[in-house]
Amino acid sequence: MKTFRLSKNWLYLPLIAMAIFYLIPMYVMLVTGFKSFAEVDLQTMWNLPKGIHFDNYIEAYKHLAPSLRNSFVMVIPSAIISSLLGSLNGFILAKWKFRGADIIFPFILFGMFIPYQSILIPLVQFMRSVGLTGLLGLAIAHIIYGIPITTLTFRNYYASLPQELLEAAKMDGADMLGIYRYILLPISIPSFVVVLIWQFTSAWNDFLFAVVLTGNQDWPITVALNNMAGSQIIQWNVQMAGSLLAALPTLLVYIFLGRYFLRGLLAGSLKG
Amino acid sequence: MFKDKDRYLSVILITPSILAVLIFIYAFIGWSVRVSLSKWKGLTPDYTFVGLKNYLSLFSDPRFHVDIRNTLIFTGVFVLGSIVLGFLMAVMLDQGLKGEGFFRSLFLFPMAISYIVTGVVWRWLMNPATGSRISGLNLLFSYLHLDFLINKWHTTPTWGMAAIALAAIWQMSGYTMALYLAGLRAIPHELREAAQIDGANEIQIYRHIILPLLAPVTLSALIILGHMSLKVFDLIVAVAGKQLPLDVPAIYMWQTTFDGLFYGRGAAIGILLLVSVAVLIIPYIVYTQKTEVQQ
Repeated sequence: MKTFRLSKNWLYLPLIAMAIFYLIPMYVMLVTGFKSFAEVDLQTMWNLPKGIHFDNYIEAYKHLAPSLRNSFVMVIPSAIISSLLGSLNGFILAKWKFRGADIIFPFILFGMFIPYQSILIPLVQFMRSVGLTGLLGLAIAHIIYGIPITTLTFRNYYASLPQELLEAAKMDGADMLGIYRYILLPISIPSFVVVLIWQFTSAWNDFLFAVVLTGNQDWPITVALNNMAGSQIIQWNVQMAGSLLAALPTLLVYIFLGRYFLRGLLAGSLKG
Repeated sequence: MFKDKDRYLSVILITPSILAVLIFIYAFIGWSVRVSLSKWKGLTPDYTFVGLKNYLSLFSDPRFHVDIRNTLIFTGVFVLGSIVLGFLMAVMLDQGLKGEGFFRSLFLFPMAISYIVTGVVWRWLMNPATGSRISGLNLLFSYLHLDFLINKWHTTPTWGMAAIALAAIWQMSGYTMALYLAGLRAIPHELREAAQIDGANEIQIYRHIILPLLAPVTLSALIILGHMSLKVFDLIVAVAGKQLPLDVPAIYMWQTTFDGLFYGRGAAIGILLLVSVAVLIIPYIVYTQKTEVQQ
């Protein structure tokens, strides 16, 4: 068996080649970010910096600070609320089936996949007519369009729990809310982490809703970064530093909670 | 067995979510259909019915033809690239090598980043300048004496979309890897061992046992990636802005609606996108829900 394993060491060659492919954009982003303004030159973009400078990050932060704050303000509550809604819906659809629950579920699921271009005009018209533009409107859009995936994740998790768990609680006289509050909620913390991360990441990274629902006062980071990249005045090195700032929150979440992130990904493909 | 009070409560608690989905998804789709059948052009809504005029004019619109061609190129390169790369990475990582977790995390991290960030960085990597102003990946190729690889990336006529697809592969191939890896882990070891005892070699095992067992994973990957490529928008905007040679339906929809105020036409594009996604996704949802019931 041992020689069998040894013969597979050549696999490190393609694996390292792939690793380089994935790291190249990170390398350029980091290396450029740490160069001084004087050193920055497109023709030497692959060279390592001569020292550690923060000029690019400071400059990028000056441009992006308000929109970073906007993103946090909008993303955190919408991730929390859509996770709570998903958990409640998942519980009801999995364990408290009312007539028609199994018919409703696929209709909710379809909402996860629709191209938002097909609802964009009504969304903008509706939000404007009820005065829900800006960050609040954007947060509400993320909560509502997050319902399908959060419901799916929790429903799959709750469906996997043995029915006896609930029966026992019912015998003891617990009602529906009691079962949810004291039995299901405490054991669904890992699912909450999965869903919270997923919602945080997708709302943070969203561009389409943000660009139609917010104005330059309340642009979240993706819109601000894209506009920065499209501007002729702001240098590419500052754009690179700005990209890292925009990516950092979700990257940190990924680095520390990657396992949960992966589970969210698999849930999104309906594979549970 | 259930108390009536609990039954009512469960319906009451789920009603807001169902209403929200009903309104923001289904009623809005209906509303879009109505706009797409109207002659609304300009800032004030005009729902005068014009039948399929907006759709018919799209079918004879050269820009929409470019969009379809670009979407096909993007879909082909992106889906095929992500599936092949994802499968190979998953197989390599399934061999029990040391450092598997490290490589897996590395291949997957672009998934955590937005298309906008990816696009901004790749736009500088895919700098098409030549001669003394050469930079980005072209410069790297020239350092490595791989000059034959130097190309104009997304500014290449007709095939520029393939360069955008490359950035999308960078972002999404880790996802396909994760799908395949989960599929590989679900295959019982006894199956491989039995085949080994029967004298099958490694390649035969993959060809005749593992690949067929992974067919449902490949189907999921095809559908998920395929429907993503129909919707591609952010990535192209961030790499190239809104240039006609790299136009896709989502960008056309956005420009014609919000810049040009051709609401009727924009809604028609949105509905066409929805129909093409639905053709892929509805059978998939039906299929996954059925297999779930069987389990």
